[in-house]
Formats: sequence, C-alpha cells, structure tokens
Amino acid sequence: MKPAHSGPTPSGRPVTGDPSAARPVLDSADLGRALTRIAHEIVERNHGASDVVLLGIPTRGVSLAHRLGERIAGIESATTAAPVGSLDVTMYRDDLRLRGVRPLEATEIPPGGVDGKVVVLVDDVLFSGRTVRAALDALSEFGRPRAVQLAVLVDRGHRELPIRADYVGKNIPTALTETVHVLLAETDGRDGVLLGPADLQRTSSEEAAR
Amino acid sequence: MTTHTLSTLPRHLLSAADLNRDNALLVLDTAEELARLADRPIKKLPTLRGRTVVNLFFEDSTRTRTSFEVAAKRLSADVINFSAKGSSVSKGESLKDTALTLEAMGADAVVCRHSASGAPHRLANWIRGSVVNAGDGTHEHPTQALLDAFTMRNRLGRVEGLNVAIVGDVLHSRVARSNVLLLSTLGAEVTVIAPPTLLPVGVEEWPCDVSYDLDAVLPKSDVVMMLRVQRERMYGGYFPTTREYSRRYGLDARRMATLPDDAIVMHPGPMNRGVEIAAEVADSVRSTIVEQVANGVSVRMAVLYLLLGGALLETAEQAA
Amino acid sequence: MSNAWVIKGARPMGGKATDLYVDNGELVDSEPSGAQVLDADGLVALPGLVDLHTHLREPGREDAETVDTGSLAAALGGFTAVHAMANTEPVADVAGVVEQVWRLGQESGHCDVRPVGAVTVGLKGEHLAELGAMADSAARVRVFSDDGKCVHDPVLMRRALEYVKAFDGVIAQHAQDPALTDGAQMNEGVQSARLGLAGWPAVAEEAVIARDCLLAGHVGSRVHFCHVSTAGSVEIVRWAKRKGWNVTAEVTPHHLLLTDAVVSTYDPVYKVNPPLRTSEDVHALREALADGTIDAVATDHAPHALEDKETEWSAAAFGMTGLETALSVVAAAMVETGLLDWEGVADRMSVRPARIGRLTGHGQPLVAGAPANVVLVDPAARWVVDPRQSASRSRNTPYAGRELPGRVVATFLRGRPTVLDGKPA
Repeated sequence: MKPAHSGPTPSGRPVTGDPSAARPVLDSADLGRALTRIAHEIVERNHGASDVVLLGIPTRGVSLAHRLGERIAGIESATTAAPVGSLDVTMYRDDLRLRGVRPLEATEIPPGGVDGKVVVLVDDVLFSGRTVRAALDALSEFGRPRAVQLAVLVDRGHRELPIRADYVGKNIPTALTETVHVLLAETDGRDGVLLGPADLQRTSSEEAAR
Repeated sequence: MTTHTLSTLPRHLLSAADLNRDNALLVLDTAEELARLADRPIKKLPTLRGRTVVNLFFEDSTRTRTSFEVAAKRLSADVINFSAKGSSVSKGESLKDTALTLEAMGADAVVCRHSASGAPHRLANWIRGSVVNAGDGTHEHPTQALLDAFTMRNRLGRVEGLNVAIVGDVLHSRVARSNVLLLSTLGAEVTVIAPPTLLPVGVEEWPCDVSYDLDAVLPKSDVVMMLRVQRERMYGGYFPTTREYSRRYGLDARRMATLPDDAIVMHPGPMNRGVEIAAEVADSVRSTIVEQVANGVSVRMAVLYLLLGGALLETAEQAA
Repeated sequence: MSNAWVIKGARPMGGKATDLYVDNGELVDSEPSGAQVLDADGLVALPGLVDLHTHLREPGREDAETVDTGSLAAALGGFTAVHAMANTEPVADVAGVVEQVWRLGQESGHCDVRPVGAVTVGLKGEHLAELGAMADSAARVRVFSDDGKCVHDPVLMRRALEYVKAFDGVIAQHAQDPALTDGAQMNEGVQSARLGLAGWPAVAEEAVIARDCLLAGHVGSRVHFCHVSTAGSVEIVRWAKRKGWNVTAEVTPHHLLLTDAVVSTYDPVYKVNPPLRTSEDVHALREALADGTIDAVATDHAPHALEDKETEWSAAAFGMTGLETALSVVAAAMVETGLLDWEGVADRMSVRPARIGRLTGHGQPLVAGAPANVVLVDPAARWVVDPRQSASRSRNTPYAGRELPGRVVATFLRGRPTVLDGKPA
C-alpha cells in the first residue's frame, strides 16, 4: 500500500516544511471571503440549512466548521442555524501501520445526530483523499446521513482515491515537493495559507497525511 | 484536549515505570476518548483489524482476561485465549516453548498474567510482538495502575497533587507497586499504610511516605485505595488474626466518615468484604469499585492501540 | 611424550622471570635431559589452583555435567584439584559413592577430584552419615558438607564438629537458616522490594555463622564456611578468628564481582544461592579476601541444564558455572584493583584451600622437590566469555559476552600437562 506522499519520500514518512520558507497564497481577508462564499453555497445547494450538520475534521477542520456555522447562522435566521461538531478519523486511517500511532482528537456529534441529515465534512486541505475516506468510515458508525458533502479550504490536487470536494475555498495546484500550510487564528495565532517546499523531516501528527 | 507530542513509546508495557509522564498522560487522554465508544450503538473501531492479540493467562483471572478481550475486540483485533487450565501450559509446557508457539502463530501482542515475578520480561526476550504485563507475581500490574489513575482523574478532575493512601498488604501487592510508581510519575502524593510485617525491606527508597497509622492519614486523603488481604497471610504470621487486622487496618463506616467530603474509595478487586473493607463502604457512593471495571476496558484499549499502532513502523523503517 | 619439561622465563608468583624444571612429576633444580620446552615469556607461574567447592553432578545429573567434563573445565581454569560436593543423586553419604566419584576423577585424569562427604544421611539433616568410613575410604574424604542445605539443628552440628576431630576432618557449613529463607529468590533489600521477588535476608547467613563459630570455639573444632556473601558474615568471621578459634571461610568469584542490581532483567543466569548482594557486601568481601579474613576463593561451580535456567525466575535452579572463569574474575576484582598481588592469589586459590582440604600434594611453593602442580597464566591477556566455547557441559555463566583479564595458558598435574596453549593437552 502506497503512503499518501509518494515520490521523494520512499520510506513513507510524513512530509512537511518550514513555514517561514513558504510564500503566502491566501491572506487573512481572502480566507474570510472564501469561507463566506462557501457558507452561501452550502445554503444554496441544500435549499436552506435546516437539515445540515457541519462536522469538522480535527484539528483545523473543526475551527473552519465553527466559522462556517457562524456565517450560515448569519445568512439564515437563527432558528435554522446548522449544528457544528467534530469527527476524529485517527482510528479509521488506513496508514496507521506505516505512519505510526498518533494521539486521538475529540469526536463530538451534535445532539440531533446524523440520521437523515446532510452532513458537510469540513477540512482545511484536500490532498490524497484518504482522510476523507476515513471520515466516511467513521461517520457510518454514527448513523445514516441522507447525504454527505465535503467542504475544504484548499484543494491541492494529487488525489489517490475517487473523492472530490463539493465546496472549495481555493484550488492550488502543487508539486509533490511542495507543502501547503494553513494557519488559523484559533490554532496558529493568525489566518493565512502558505505554499512552501517540503522537508523530509519527522513532524508532529498534525502535519501528516491529508 | 491537550495536544501531545509523541515521545518514543516503549515496545512493551512491563512496569508502570516504563511510562514517563508524557506517555502516561497520553494513555489516559486516549482512554478518555475511547471511553465514549461505550455510548455508541456500534462499539467497534477498525484500528487493529488483522492484528492478533493473545491472552496468555497462567493464573486464573476471568475479570482481567475478559477486560483485555473486550478491549482487543472493540479494536477489531483477533483474540486468542491461552489459559492455564486444560492447555499444554498446565501440562508443564515451559514458558519458552509457549513463547515459541506464540511466535509461530504471529502474535502481535501478548497479554501475560503469571504467578512468577518477571515472567513477562523473559517472554519479551523470546517473541517479536509487544508484551503487556497483566500481573506478574508480586511485581507489577501496570494497566491496573493506569485504570486507577484514570478513575481518579474522572472523579476528582486530576491526579497531580492528590493525596493518595494505599492500604494493605503492600509487601505482596503488584497493584501497590505499580500504583506507587505511576502516581508519583503523575505528581500525586502517595502514602502506603500497613502493619510493619506487610511492608517490604527497602520501602524507604520508594517515592512515597510510609505510615503504620491508618486513622492519622485518612482525614488528609483524597483517595483511599484498599488492597486485598489474603487470609493465608495470617498463617505466615504476618498478623495474628484477621480480626486484629480488620480492627487496625480495615476501612469501616466509622473510618470512612473521617474522610474529606469528596474523597473516594477504591479497590482493585476481588474484595474480602468484612476484612479490609466493610460492605457498606464498598457499596457507598464514594466507592469507585464498579466504575474501575468499566474504565479498565477503555484504558486497555488505549494501551493496545498505542503499543500496536506503531509496531509496523519499526519494520517499515528497517526495510527502507 | 616425555616427562621432562623446561618452562622458560616464567614469573613464579608474579616475581622475577626464571626457568622452572619439571621431571618425573616433581619440580627439580636443574634442566632434565630430553626436556620439552615451553616458552613462558611474560607468564605468571602459580601452584596449581585448588577448588574447595565444586558441583560435578555425577552421579545423577550427567545431563548437566560429569566428573570428566567438570574436571576438564577445572583444568582449563588452572585447577589441579577440586573438591566435589556431595549433593549428587544418590547423595555421597557412604564410602561407595565417594569412591565412585574419586575413581571417575582418576580415570579422567584432568585434575585430582577429592569428593566431599555429606554430613547427614541423604542431606536430610537428621542423622550423621558414616563420616569415618568415608574418611577411611580410597577417596580419603576430609571435607564434609551438606552444601545445598544447611546443617540447621545445633545439636547435630555440634556432634559433627566434634566427631570429625578424630580424623582431622572439617565441616564445611552452608550457612542458611531455612525458616528465614523459605521461598527466597534473591537478596532481601531495595532490589527485591522493587522486583517483587521474595527476599533472602543477610541475617539468615550471619546468624548461622555466628552460632557455628561459637560452637567450634566451644568444642575446639575446625569449622569452614562455604560461599560467605555478606559484610556482616565477614565481621563475624574476623571476630571469631581474633578469639583464636579455628575458623576458615571461602568466597565465590561471583560474589567478588556482581551485585543484585543485575537481577532487574529477571534473567535466571544470575540466580544463585547464596544470592548476589549489595555493593557494600562486595567491597567487604574483597577487603576480607585481601586481608586474609576470608581464606580462599572457591568457585561453587554449579552447572545446570538449559531447561532448568531458561524459565521464569522463580522456577529456575540456583547456581552459576565458574571453573573456567574463576581466575579471570579474581584478576578483575582483586589484582586489577590492586587489592591482591599474584602471590596473594596463589595463597587464596591454592595454598590455603589445599591446607583446609588437607591435600598434601597441592598448594606447595614452586621449589625443587615439590610436586609439579603448576599453572601458567598470561596476566596481560583479555578474553570475551563465550558460553558455547566452555568445556563444561552447561552454559549458565553470568559473564557471557563480558571481557575478562588473565588467561590460563598451561596447567600441569604432577608434571603432566593437562592444558597447553589454553586448550586440553
């Protein structure tokens, strides 16, 4: 089984790089606008937000899900705000044996559950698609949504599975020797998306396969 | 939720001392997340699918063996039970031959309980998988200490800074040894209380205080952990009668009333009701004895996940 | 092969280099005709070592060792005489068994095997064995021991001490109070508390030694203590000697080098009786050997079959092999640390043991007229212990993979080489 990052990382170790060597591709204002647009698209496609549940994939997907939730509440009236939760996929990953053990993050399904709902999975970067596949497996343990959609801030290409996003903040074509850094105020102190060179360096689990 | 940086996890869990503070907290935090599994309709995760966990129990223990079995199965591992009775183990097959059989079966993890201290250490020399010590003689029982710490954290919000009293046959108790080590790693203040005959020579070197006076220590204790006292110890002359033992070191209702309001009472089980612990104490709201059992499954799931998750990583690195 | 040898350039007792001449089983003062030459440049010459305490396991446990393999291991370790302990199957408590063991030793011819007779019948500690018959037998037993077990009953010990005076015998006591050490696995202390292994307290050895010193003093007998292992025992022996009582003591090489800290791996290769103790005990034993309070190094060579050692700790047998490593361990613990010179080594490993065992042909100075029982040692050599290379049938050495100083190059038994160039001759 191939690891998510192939090419210059034959040993399958996660690839990342030094954010200070990266160049910005989205600034804070752009990021905010992208989220606002996605929020409108979610409401438009689902004819309102009454059945929508936003589930962020930790870590940064959760912050993004909360921001989308706030924007959706601003579009529609308060009575149809979409519930927001989180869905940790660590235990469903297909690359545990190659990447090793990582600490678990929180899974919080909102009180209404997911049965019959439109679940919008929210993540920061879409890359190989394996995280989303794991999320679909995890989600199926909690119930049976009417539909599942995917919102990502950045789609950087290089899919290894037949998975596509329904809502994309920005398409950024990348080389495998590059890496995308998403920074959010909640976790990193500021907002922005950077593109930089990849390092063959061991890192914390947060920077691992997307 | 704290973010963890993964320090290197040991390959085996043979002693509570194998876990530094970071790793111990990692186990507890992972167990906390896994505990929520019990509330879901489907109580299963695919994480250890295709892995084989062997329960190698040379000592009878339905409770601990079942706990490990449930934990492994909830992670979708294949579980094989080797128990002492009615197997080649009871017919005198040596520990080494049993180990070689397990190797041939491709056991990824062996959960070992044995009446001889150090048996899991020897086993670890002979198999490639991970060894989890489920209790070896009078040496240690690390997952018990982990579930005890987990229970304390659940009930009292923290382990650091808690005053924990461990009462009973410390000399022969593997639960006591593991708890003293783990609790001090996690920053609790531990006092062991026993008659002098039931404290080991060398206990002065342990990271805990020692007292012969239960009544003096109870009013300051956030946690009282009662250890099982075997009646057979009376015949070894460790104490004159169980009546005298009970009077001086038993936790009865009167003593329980001297505890601080929020203090909890723990016991690793099985209990000798009426000897070290009165029935009304065991059944009181302070008692965590029942939830300790449930917490055992979550903690053991966390241990299996953390030990086995990275196993192939080593092989992949060697192959690269 | 001729009977005559010239050992060129050896350093007797570590002193100045000189030539030693061997002819017809004796050391002589001039070069004999037709002599073979052995180049001993740089080698130390000592009288052949004498072991007061060895287990050869035959009869009964030939899977672990035989008189032949054990005595060969002894020769390779520089020994020209060993005392074979009586805890065989059957026990050596009658003349017939001790004669059998003695004869097997003679037939093998690697070193002199002097059987030790049991003190009590079957080692049961109830009735005296026929000590006189064993003394009068062809084996000429002079050392009696229930080693493995303690002669615990004070009256029985008294009788034994008195009885052997008639034939200049000595009781070698294995000092271990059985009640205080019931189920004991390792030294009682900080390590045993941590490792959850039942403790063997020092007092269980010291109390018996104190009692038996007093008894020997009271009845005017010799008494010898096997494998003394604690600082407290040393103090008691020192006190008893000051009182003028005829007390002697031995220490094993492993008790001079290893502490109970090594037990933390639970590897039963370190399981031994008496157990490995603390570093304070090791220091006291070294000092006592240096000042002569402890008279002798005795190996307590205890071979065990693999299945008796490759188990969990509590199921494993007690004991370590030691014949082939003894001199090197003593070199590491005593010579390299400056506590004992080679003359001292000769005294503790040959002269005094021979005297205690009443072995007239051994432990004699390397002068003309003495029997040619000689060992040549390379003091500068270093070697790594490999259990698979041992001549002993068993592999349970605690030094596997360890580098030790000093190597036996040649051993002569009454003028005939048993070991040449470090290999069986």
